Amino acid sequence: MDLEPLISRMKIGSAGETGSWRNYRPVVNKELCNKCKTCFSYCPEGVISEDIEIDYRFCKGCGICKEICRQKAIEMVPE
Amino acid sequence: MWDLQGDLQTEGYRNGSRIRVLLTSNEAIAEAVRIARPEVIAAYPITPQSPIVERLANMIARGELNASFVRVESEHSAMAVIHGAATAGARVFTATSSHGLAYMYEMCWWIAGSRLPAVMAVVTRSIGAPWNIHGDHTDIVLLRDAGWIIGMAENAQEAFDMTLQAFYVSEEVNIPFAVGIDAFTMSHTAEVVELWNPRLPERKQAYRVLPMDKFAVNAVTMGKARMKARYDLALDLENSANVIERTDKDFGNHGGLVEKYRLEDADYAVVMMGGWCGDAKDAIDALREEGYKIGLLRLRFLRPFPKKAVKELGGDVLVVDRSNSDLRGVLGIEVSACGIEARNLVAGIGGVDVGVEEFYKIFKKFVDNKIDLGWYL
Amino acid sequence: MILPGNTSCQGCPISLAMRCLDEIENPVLVIPAGCSTVVAGLHPNSAMKIPVIHVPFASTNAVACGVKKAYDQLGIKANVIAWMGDGAADIGFATLSASAVRKDDLITIVVDNEAYMNTGTQASLSTFWKAKTTTSPKGKGDERRNLALIMIAHKADYVATATVGYIEDLRRKFRKAGEMSGFRFIHLHSPCPPGWRFPSEKTIEIARKAVASGAWALFEYHQGRLRFSPVGRRYVEKENRIPLADYLKSQGRFEHLSVEEIEELEKVIEEEWKILRKLSTD
Repeated sequence: MDLEPLISRMKIGSAGETGSWRNYRPVVNKELCNKCKTCFSYCPEGVISEDIEIDYRFCKGCGICKEICRQKAIEMVPE
Repeated sequence: MWDLQGDLQTEGYRNGSRIRVLLTSNEAIAEAVRIARPEVIAAYPITPQSPIVERLANMIARGELNASFVRVESEHSAMAVIHGAATAGARVFTATSSHGLAYMYEMCWWIAGSRLPAVMAVVTRSIGAPWNIHGDHTDIVLLRDAGWIIGMAENAQEAFDMTLQAFYVSEEVNIPFAVGIDAFTMSHTAEVVELWNPRLPERKQAYRVLPMDKFAVNAVTMGKARMKARYDLALDLENSANVIERTDKDFGNHGGLVEKYRLEDADYAVVMMGGWCGDAKDAIDALREEGYKIGLLRLRFLRPFPKKAVKELGGDVLVVDRSNSDLRGVLGIEVSACGIEARNLVAGIGGVDVGVEEFYKIFKKFVDNKIDLGWYL
Repeated sequence: MILPGNTSCQGCPISLAMRCLDEIENPVLVIPAGCSTVVAGLHPNSAMKIPVIHVPFASTNAVACGVKKAYDQLGIKANVIAWMGDGAADIGFATLSASAVRKDDLITIVVDNEAYMNTGTQASLSTFWKAKTTTSPKGKGDERRNLALIMIAHKADYVATATVGYIEDLRRKFRKAGEMSGFRFIHLHSPCPPGWRFPSEKTIEIARKAVASGAWALFEYHQGRLRFSPVGRRYVEKENRIPLADYLKSQGRFEHLSVEEIEELEKVIEEEWKILRKLSTD
């Protein structure tokens, strides 16, 4: 019996490289960043690492990280 | 309630011998379920099905059956619970009738589409409006397009045997199986049934979902995946006929997809399904004694539809239906789709009694070519 | 528990909440129709690191119950999670209620974005009073339904409200639910950028404004005690709250509201708070 039509398998980028949806790119100012990890915690996409590296392949550019950053260390730059 | 506990706990029965007891078809189905040992049962009561699940609830309460009985708030949830339990790998059972089947209809598609083995008893009863609690086949034909194996038993023995076969076949082909019996004339009428234990194998199924898995089941499909799944189901449903035929001898020898009754030299063939075939057979016997070469093709299954047996019918054919789509009966439509030019009579809707005498009159008209076919009102 | 590059919209609260499922051990997700179905991945891909059983709209708690009953029978440990939107909680309400009454051993999480977003923002029973949706173009006339209070009335083993605005609080509640057994219910406030008409970067800000204005109460109910959650406790008292207009006027769905209408809404909200304060053991 062919189960393929019923089964979906785990995949990073299940919707493709969603970075292409982005109009604005979040850029971290490493000098201002104090690594509080708030942006890591609140990124809906989970594309910010605990070292505050952003995976631009998948970042959709929602801007939540910029808004949540108390240090104002993230800037949204037009693509 | 009839208490079988003493008899069924005897060593002899457990060791494979047979015991004969007086049971309604409802009770016979419950006894078959006891032997199949499902792990999860969920049901919502509805007349005339309720005695099946009441009996099962009793078995569980008395410790005779180690199953979870989930009391749900609707038939939709009954089917949803067994859908979930089957997904997790449990052997499952439910039962319903009429409005209950209509209410769970969406889930019937899902459990079939998910290719999950499951068994459901359908005590066939009319669907409103207006209200009617009596027997006809308007409910079970609803399942026709959902992708289920649909059997219709004729008596309590067959109800018992078919229920056990249902667990086996369903788990073999990964398609849910509905066992149909007629309201009251079967569900609440006692007959002698020979109970026995065919020793079903352990539950098996094409897949199940466990906590450490990393896959999803039934996600939104794009492109051809849904069509492929539907095709596979249709094809496997068609091929389930082979499993049903092959295992017929292991489950009571009832004839496989059909029972051929006095058909071998018949010039006139009647096609029917369900409990009233017993009365039809008596009427056929009477006509045979008068020299009419008439026989009955009793359809034991609506799905997979016994196309081969229908196509082999010679002579004049009359289909007597207990359900309708438009003015035509559902079996009538199915038989004509096999290329057979058949006359079609719709009768017995809402429990209107059609017994031996009525069948005799109907069949007499049929063999005399005098019949005004349509609805037997 | 959700992988990047999924189908969620920019600023989606559901995707954010799904990340927090890593607080729960041995999870098995049961998801009905809704945004979550799509977010969890379109065939042949799954965006989730955990098993997902996709199910019809009204069936979620019943399927989840069946899954758990089977695991119990077969000796398999799991936290079965019925994860649904407010739409599935509407259409599956009888099923949800029966599941709570049976004390099914599972976690129910209602990710409430206050309308049927996946079909294009039609009003649900959770839609905030006077909010514009595509089926309430002049603003919804009926009040929202308070699911958490209803679950308390069912004597659920654990009831919590949460918000994506306070992730640590949300994670704590997920963790707590995962460590318990019995019927656990979490009602999760989930501001939706396209549905509520606000820019995607404002999801968290708006979620927090809902709490600060008193529009969303944060509490937990466990062992017969209702307690306000620490992050929202100061807003139990009306004088500590920000004006409701600050919350409402940051969303397009409320931009039609007059000052009088907002005052009316403040009264409605205060009535809900009165009930909560009476139930509270703080």
